[in-house]
Amino acid sequence: MHKYMKGAALVAAAMLALAACSSDPADSSPAAEPGDFPEGSTMAKLASAGSITIGTKFDQPLFGLKAPSGNPEGFDVEIGKIIAGELGISADNIKWVETVSANREAYIADGTVDIVIATYTINDERKEKVSFAGPYYNAGQALMVLSDNSDINGPDDLAGKNVCSVEGSTPAANIAENYPEANLKLFEAYTDCLEPLRNNQVDVLTTDNVILAGYVAESDGEFKVVGEPFTEEPYGIGLAKDDTDFRMWINDVLEEIFEDGRWLDAWNATAGTVLPEPTPPSVDRY
Amino acid sequence: METFIEEFGLIWGGFLATLSLAAVAGALALALGTVLAAFRVSPVGPLRTFGTLYVEIVRNTPLTLMFFFWVFVVPSLGFVPELGFQTSIIALTLYTSAFVCEALRAGINSVGVGQAEAARSLGFTFGQTLSQVVLPQAWRTSVPPLISVLIALVKNTSVAAGFAFTEMVAISKRLTNLHASDAIFIFFGIGVMYLLITIPLGILASRIERKVAFAR
Repeated sequence: MHKYMKGAALVAAAMLALAACSSDPADSSPAAEPGDFPEGSTMAKLASAGSITIGTKFDQPLFGLKAPSGNPEGFDVEIGKIIAGELGISADNIKWVETVSANREAYIADGTVDIVIATYTINDERKEKVSFAGPYYNAGQALMVLSDNSDINGPDDLAGKNVCSVEGSTPAANIAENYPEANLKLFEAYTDCLEPLRNNQVDVLTTDNVILAGYVAESDGEFKVVGEPFTEEPYGIGLAKDDTDFRMWINDVLEEIFEDGRWLDAWNATAGTVLPEPTPPSVDRY
Repeated sequence: METFIEEFGLIWGGFLATLSLAAVAGALALALGTVLAAFRVSPVGPLRTFGTLYVEIVRNTPLTLMFFFWVFVVPSLGFVPELGFQTSIIALTLYTSAFVCEALRAGINSVGVGQAEAARSLGFTFGQTLSQVVLPQAWRTSVPPLISVLIALVKNTSVAAGFAFTEMVAISKRLTNLHASDAIFIFFGIGVMYLLITIPLGILASRIERKVAFAR
């Protein structure tokens, strides 16, 4: 009897979940039609083509990491799917292209990709070659400690602690300048810090939180990232320079998904499993 | 050039770090190397074997591997030295002592076997023979190779830059990243700072050599 009740409850729950899905307005609303967009705009072109090429990283856990299935997975990828969806393009019709830090501007300029969502920091130098929608996320320098460490919660707790980073890197310079009471232990690569961190020879590893998140994801619960980022690396969506209509349209989409929770859902399903929940950034409509 | 002058405080700090690393590791390596040399010429078989094995293993593997061992391997076995200065001192001392041992052993072999026989016939023990008769003469012959070993040590301290110790090379990397346009001056400046340590060592060597010269 008891067993039966349990089974019935499960079935009922599943039916409820199904019902909830089908009544979701995002799913039931008709897909965007090419006619919805101004004639000649990039949106109209992509929508009528029914496919989009998106550049992302293939080696960045939680943001863009190529899965065994062949498609990348992560927060950047989810944002890409949402934007494609707004153009009426299903996830199956997105062509993912690997972009690395060195080829992102070139791929946008020569049309290899339509947009780039690849932990792509907005800066003035890059704005001379491409345009950026967003930011859709503010990354920045953060701290990683052992999971059972409770006395370091932010950069103000670093006095007298052994802080590991890379010699000559911006995060190390930032610590030296702003937190001079920390003892810097500097190696040639961030991965060199992992073993000393495990052995308590250093207390903290510091660099961009996105890199740290990758280590946490692979550490099987050994490490954690603490606190909010304390520097700002705004991640934007790269697109052809001076395609202002497209840029403004993506900005509209971003603001919409910040509002309706789809942005947070994408975050929680990916990077949010490791990193603390961020507040949505404000879009920069330059 | 400007960078080199503006950042001289930082460079000077790195210079002192290099110097203290070389001085401490040098003194310890001289002591440990002497013990190892005594092992290698001792009448006790196991000590000779230990000395030979130690020298052959340490002398024939890269210093970077020695650092790697003390920074990444040993801590996982339970012994956790302080990262930076301590681990660098340990690695450099253990590495350099093998070379000190061989320089000294060459000196010991240059002392006529009659000296040791005479000492023994006077009733000296092995320890007395070595410390009071053989080693004082062996030092003299060993000075030039020992100075070479110490000069090599000064340059070898730069390996510590990759293992969490901020010395001159680490500082130069930091400055080059910050002021890429001044890289050439930083590079030459750091080179000159090394010469400031090693050239006086060479001069010291020839002084000592002249002072302890003897006719054989």
